[in-house]
Amino acid sequence: MAEQTIHHQEPNYLEYQGKYKGLAGWLTTTDHKRIGLLYFYSMMTFFLSGVVMGLLMKYELIAPGEQIMGAQTYNGLFTLHGLTMIFLFVIPGVAAVYGNFFLPILIGAKDVAFPRLNLASWYLYIIGAIVVLISQFMGDGPPDTGWTFYAPYSLKTNTNVVAAVTGAFILGFSSILTGLNFIVTMHRMRAPGMGWMRMPLFCWTLYGTGWIQLLATPIIGITFLMVMAERLLGIGFFDPTIGGDPILYQHLFWIYSHPAVYIMILPAMGVITEIIPTFARKTIFGYTAIIISSMAIAFVGYFVWGHHMFTSGMSSTSRWVFSLLTFLVAIPSAIKVFNWTATMYKGSINIQPPFLWAIAFIFVFMIGGFSGLVVGSLATDIHVHDTAFVVAHFHYIVFGGTGFAFFGALHYWYPKMFAKMYNIRVANIGLLIFFIGFNLLYFPMFYLGLMGMPRRYYDYIPMFEPANLLSTIGSWIMAIGLTVILVNLSRARKMTGKAVDDPWDGKTLEWQIQSPPTVENFEEIPTVTTGPYDYK
Amino acid sequence: MSEEKTHVVSIKTHLLVLFTLIILTVITVLITSIELGPYNTAAALVIATAKALVVLLYFMHLRFDEPIYRIMFGLVIAIFVAVIIVTFFDYLYR
Repeated sequence: MAEQTIHHQEPNYLEYQGKYKGLAGWLTTTDHKRIGLLYFYSMMTFFLSGVVMGLLMKYELIAPGEQIMGAQTYNGLFTLHGLTMIFLFVIPGVAAVYGNFFLPILIGAKDVAFPRLNLASWYLYIIGAIVVLISQFMGDGPPDTGWTFYAPYSLKTNTNVVAAVTGAFILGFSSILTGLNFIVTMHRMRAPGMGWMRMPLFCWTLYGTGWIQLLATPIIGITFLMVMAERLLGIGFFDPTIGGDPILYQHLFWIYSHPAVYIMILPAMGVITEIIPTFARKTIFGYTAIIISSMAIAFVGYFVWGHHMFTSGMSSTSRWVFSLLTFLVAIPSAIKVFNWTATMYKGSINIQPPFLWAIAFIFVFMIGGFSGLVVGSLATDIHVHDTAFVVAHFHYIVFGGTGFAFFGALHYWYPKMFAKMYNIRVANIGLLIFFIGFNLLYFPMFYLGLMGMPRRYYDYIPMFEPANLLSTIGSWIMAIGLTVILVNLSRARKMTGKAVDDPWDGKTLEWQIQSPPTVENFEEIPTVTTGPYDYK
Repeated sequence: MSEEKTHVVSIKTHLLVLFTLIILTVITVLITSIELGPYNTAAALVIATAKALVVLLYFMHLRFDEPIYRIMFGLVIAIFVAVIIVTFFDYLYR
């Protein structure tokens, strides 16, 4: 892609000693790669605690009746599970970790546009996370509203809602600042020759995501302030007993929270778009179509929020309009899948763990997407609304989409980030176990939902037991797979010997520099002369 | 990518903008004493929009920047307006 391959003798970002050493060096760093890793380690901590909560909930559902927790504990647990996984893992997710680490490298820059703001974003993320966690242990107990904080219940419950929404409010600022930083970086810091139409597609998805973060997140911030004002001052925005409208809350909440799904999924799609051409040894099929579809997803995704509200009492006209718009967003999503498969067609495919993660992503994302059409249709949504079907659908999209891409990206870029290569065979076995466990865990929920099992209940009638048992066993298998994957990766860190700079024979700029990258990535800013996937 | 160009706004222009903002704030307060019914809110919103526009154009330099920034800002406002319309579509037909 660039004219020269760059090797130099400067210390790499892991060894570099600045003004401060050790932990203080990490906590005061403005290096985008170190900040990416700060996000990575904090996010993995939250993700694993969310996994433990999920396992506990699945164990509670192994059989009818109370197993290990009562209703109130279960309500608190699914709220915290949702808050942790949504606000602390999948929303910042791929963009904060891999966007921070690789965006400047992919466009031939030495850092992001505002390095200090970047570090401030991480601090805001940590402060927000601490406030969310504190909300669990102070006042009148953990919030029991679910992560959506629906009014009027969130206005009436005695649990600690104000602290939780304050935490989410702070997390929103972190997201806004990261989005702003990425947009400015792409506008101002691309290397010579790196025109917009030569940018790697992961960058394009970060660009679309940045705009959503910038435009949608303030709405949830204001909405949470309104919830606080309502609870503390009784103003009457959402409480119908004092003239408010609870459906207005749902509008405002989903105006952000549906585009937030695209904040999660767009960078994930970007990762898959990077992986597939590298392992198919072929230029990406339909570069421009993928850019347009990314932007179309970001744009149309803005106007589909009402499909979360089909049973809320919204007007009939709005319902069919939102249903129609929801079906429209399937078009750019499908374009991406067609482009990925067309890229693989007649490619010289090199089957490696990142490629297998990408294939697994497409498989589970398709199931999530098709089940989305069921909940996006007015008639069928009435039947499955608030059932286990919806839980299965969004786990296939959010975990199956973002989660699979997150781990796919980790396996793809791990040799670049740490200059170590993991055990390929163990990585493949881990993925296989994880994949089986994932499907066994979530697929029975489609059946349970269709049969009428409601979500958010700690107990159920005996007819739902066999599928719930299967789902719980699936959660254990998935946990085993996850353990294999993470142990394999952490063992690789301790291995002696260095991975080669370009183990996958990639063509984008990150593979042209040394592993791990130096502090400033490039000794001299490269001049870009070709497109990003030049496999001719 | 391109050469940085800095446009310096004169103190006279800054003072004029400040004076405009103060006048508009005074009008916002005074207009509440006139009974316009539902148009009171509309009037307040129009004045607030005018104030925001002045801040954006002069204090935030939108007027002196490259056209791309005005286009980007215009698109953001268009999306915001579309979101408001889609939301109130529900209220209109409920």
